[in-house]
Amino acid sequence: METPVITTTGLTKIYRSAQSRGREVTALDGVDLHVREGEVFGVVGQSGAGKSSLIRCVNLLERPTAGTVTVDGQDLTALAGRGRRAGKELRRARSSIGMVFQHFNLLSSRTVRDNVELPLEILGVAGQERTRRALELLDLVGLADKAKAYPAQLSGGQKQRVGIARALAGNPKVLLSDEATSALDPETTRSILQLLRDLNRQLGLTVLLITHEMEVVKTICDSAALMRKGRIVESGTVGELLATPGSQLAQELFPVGGTASGPGRTVLDVTFLGAAATQPVISQLARTYNIDISILGAAMDTVGGRQIGRMRIELPGAYEDNVVPIGFLREQGLQAEIVDDADTGADAAATVPAQSPAPVKEDAK
Amino acid sequence: MTWSEMQPLLSQGTIDTLYMVLWSALVTLAGGLPLGILLVLTDKGGLLQNAVVNKAVGAIVNIGRSLPFMILLIALIPFTTLIVGTFIGPTAMIVPLAIGAIPFFARLVETAIREVDHGLVEAVQAMGGSIPTIVRKVLLPQALPSLVSAVTTTVIVLIGYSAMAGAVGGEGLGSKAVTYGFQRFENGFMIATVVVLIAIVTVVQLLGDGVVRLLARRGRTAT
Repeated sequence: METPVITTTGLTKIYRSAQSRGREVTALDGVDLHVREGEVFGVVGQSGAGKSSLIRCVNLLERPTAGTVTVDGQDLTALAGRGRRAGKELRRARSSIGMVFQHFNLLSSRTVRDNVELPLEILGVAGQERTRRALELLDLVGLADKAKAYPAQLSGGQKQRVGIARALAGNPKVLLSDEATSALDPETTRSILQLLRDLNRQLGLTVLLITHEMEVVKTICDSAALMRKGRIVESGTVGELLATPGSQLAQELFPVGGTASGPGRTVLDVTFLGAAATQPVISQLARTYNIDISILGAAMDTVGGRQIGRMRIELPGAYEDNVVPIGFLREQGLQAEIVDDADTGADAAATVPAQSPAPVKEDAK
Repeated sequence: MTWSEMQPLLSQGTIDTLYMVLWSALVTLAGGLPLGILLVLTDKGGLLQNAVVNKAVGAIVNIGRSLPFMILLIALIPFTTLIVGTFIGPTAMIVPLAIGAIPFFARLVETAIREVDHGLVEAVQAMGGSIPTIVRKVLLPQALPSLVSAVTTTVIVLIGYSAMAGAVGGEGLGSKAVTYGFQRFENGFMIATVVVLIAIVTVVQLLGDGVVRLLARRGRTAT
């Protein structure tokens, strides 16, 4: 997890529409991205934030207007040359970057096995070896019995498994996932994410995925970045993000709400990470300092096998009265963040638009 | 005119018609398919985007399509003579028939190829596929059912054209119908010609539909 396997520097993409001259849309505005080897990196953002342009620039399906893309030590932007067409070198580089798509993009005229063989045909692998490898990959994604079926006969989840098998055919180091689970139901989404996680662990595959679903980040990502208006506004490992005061990603991953019940009270956002999450900290706090604690909102979940939670609590008295209890929480290895009165109301609601003021999110179950 | 008099005329006419249609269809396929593909590839946003080539090919195709076949047939007489050595007879007719049908077929090919989901092209690009690979392994196989329909339609159009060609020195059922049915008022023969033509067109259409259905069975939706 040290060396970056995907790096973009100053990546910029400006779309110019031919009809109305001068009208430009900046999809990417100087994006610097570093994806380390062997990690699952999620880029989240609303539609129109530039996620799709970003992932498509990584294998140069989209030519960046400016900036560079380096994948596995190779500067792809240098390989691309000037023309619109992809030269031989760029095509070779692409064949070692797997990609899966939201709408699967399988050829309906080919069987499942032949779909997986397609990238091998492009690589010039001989017939028998191709078949052997395709069957092996189908076995890996759990579809060995569907080799002779046509895509139209498969369910969405099965189609995406074929898509993943196909993406792995060229033994890529990197897998790009363009909203791979967005067309699937929640249960299928989980099984596909589990598969991606397994592949990431078994094959040491680095995965860069874009999604608009926080759930995806929560389930499999080691690191995440938040995109807004073509820029990356936050980026880091999930742990780092949760530990960053005021992190929007942390807030969206673990949305907690609730406002102070009255004046003269201190509202705190407490983040539990790893071992601290299992400690009975709140009751210790209450007993040690003999204070009444109200829980305004909480969210708990397992991220990357680690128990992580956030909680918004209210202590009686102003901040000055609570310096000692807050110090106690921090001593226990928790992130404790004071929520300003202004934040608790309008601002919190603004940053998390989907959130209802209900004190306990369903994640807390 | 008795049946025994009609029969040899009809069978010779049918053979000549099929000969003209078959060969001109092959030439049309060879000429129209690349043109149709070129129209899609060079179009705006296409893999080989090239406004000049696209406009030029488009213009040629449009000119070819806007000329009535009868006019084209006569206008092409010097060209046909140059290639075949004569402008009379079924072999000579292959030239104007093919030239008349190529623009028509090219447009049908263009429409068929355009229907292929762009996501598939993108997927193969992401695998490192070159443009010839994309054409061979994605565009043509995915468009195959529509392409077969296009061939069927084109062959039927060619059967119609071939009857016109009969009036201007070609052979075949058209020429026989003009000579006997029109000029000698042999109504019986005229009806026989019509029946044979209907039979040929029906068989071609059924054959084409059969192939399309066979291809479609493999899997309909391209998601």
